[in-house]
Amino acid sequence: MARAVVTMPAQAKRGEIIEIKTLAQHPMETGFRRTQTGELIPRDIIRRFTCTYNGVEVYRADLHPAIAANPLIAFTTIATETGTLTFQWVGDNGYTVTEIAPIRVE
Amino acid sequence: MSFSAGVRFLLLAAACFISARALTAEIPLGERRSGYELMARETRAIQDDDATNPGMLWVLDGEALWNKKAGAADRSCADCHGDARESMKAVAARYPAFDTARGRPVNLEQRINGCRTGRQKAAPLAYESKDLLALSAYVARQSHGLPIRVTIDERTRPFLAAGKETFHRRQGQLNLSCALCHDDNWGKHLAGSVIPQAHPTGYPLYRLEWQGLGSLGRRLRNCLTGMRAQAPELGSDEFVDLELYLMWRAREMKIETPAVRP
Amino acid sequence: MPTTRREFLIFAAVSLAAPAAAEAQLDPNLAASRKAAFQEALRRVVGDAQVRRGRVKLQLPPLIDNGNSVPLSVAVESPMTAADHVKAIHVLTEKNPLPDVVSVALGPRAGRASLATRVRLADTQTVTAIAQMSDGSFWSDSAEVVVTLSACLEEGLI
Repeated sequence: MARAVVTMPAQAKRGEIIEIKTLAQHPMETGFRRTQTGELIPRDIIRRFTCTYNGVEVYRADLHPAIAANPLIAFTTIATETGTLTFQWVGDNGYTVTEIAPIRVE
Repeated sequence: MSFSAGVRFLLLAAACFISARALTAEIPLGERRSGYELMARETRAIQDDDATNPGMLWVLDGEALWNKKAGAADRSCADCHGDARESMKAVAARYPAFDTARGRPVNLEQRINGCRTGRQKAAPLAYESKDLLALSAYVARQSHGLPIRVTIDERTRPFLAAGKETFHRRQGQLNLSCALCHDDNWGKHLAGSVIPQAHPTGYPLYRLEWQGLGSLGRRLRNCLTGMRAQAPELGSDEFVDLELYLMWRAREMKIETPAVRP
Repeated sequence: MPTTRREFLIFAAVSLAAPAAAEAQLDPNLAASRKAAFQEALRRVVGDAQVRRGRVKLQLPPLIDNGNSVPLSVAVESPMTAADHVKAIHVLTEKNPLPDVVSVALGPRAGRASLATRVRLADTQTVTAIAQMSDGSFWSDSAEVVVTLSACLEEGLI
């Protein structure tokens, strides 16, 4: 199931700044909403997003309930070398999703 | 030339009748606009980019389901239909379509469930379930950019008429009809939002208000609740007839699934 | 022309219902406590340092379609070298139940100091983006957003 989607180029020139767009399927329940009978729906959000490039963290975002459901996180990184970008989303209730994307750098 | 009181009355009545009819006139074909055009530039950008459109998450889920074997027959959609990009092209654009076995039009969700129960020998998927939304999003996606073309012939004409009647019927505590807002007052404001013409060009769609993907049926239920009217059940004849009318009303407009809307 | 009183009222309501002036709807006591929370969050991020306006560009639609999901982007002017780069970007609000929205940690590998995401905004308000530089300085930008309520909601009009 598509728990997260990453869109980025598969190849780039060395030193080129590449754009990365990520989408994660998650309700990002704020913890402020109530049911019809008035009970508080507990918070359930993605807490942290990280992007590592051949093992080196290049971008990290700490998310709060104010981030909309099915969060988009778009950013850039420099295409330094051929290898693998690993994207990880970690959140409440043991939520953890990892996506891997290869990149060829000339 | 002078007129008798009786004739004057008739002329006045005729004038009222004509203006009342003009009140709920259909939008001229050339003036039809998708709700897309009423949205902020930034929201339109979300819909236009597959990498940022949250609806695409459901489309991808649908693709996985398309290829997944299911039911006692242990068949996937792909086993019969092959590559959806070929076999499902323009399919959603012609639904609701007449179903001979049922003797009436069915919508896309019902067609999918027809295959689930009839061909895959699997349980039907519940309306608004994640799986049914994902499959219908995936199938409808294959009509993206294609014109809506529902078939109106002697078989479907009565159901189109029923749907049209529903669209024009005043209902609910506010005694409103769909036509009053969406034919006569589109473009004006209601509670801070602009009233769209209400063409179902992008269903199932990602509604920011829902923070998720939903069907036309769900949206219609929202409308009727907002009008303080009794909302029919999803998949009911009344809803499918209305869907047929709405799709006919939107004929030749392009499918946008999965659309993004406020 | 409207022929019944009901039709007339609907016509009047619809034609007069222009978007309300950008006035927040929040209860004043709640607004005050949230503003205090915003100040406290700001202090947590920058400490005693001065926050200067500039170098940061925060973009939000001025009138948004729905407060549940508002596209937001931040870009910071910086050479992004080892010697001079953006270390962190923080986004804060003054009227949400919680002031923090997102905090990004980055460095020269990013190439450009930027973030694009979608946020929830509870009310018409000012959103603030703060960039923390490698030299310890803080820069910021703010944007005002008008948030209206959708019509025809699932639970009906509130």
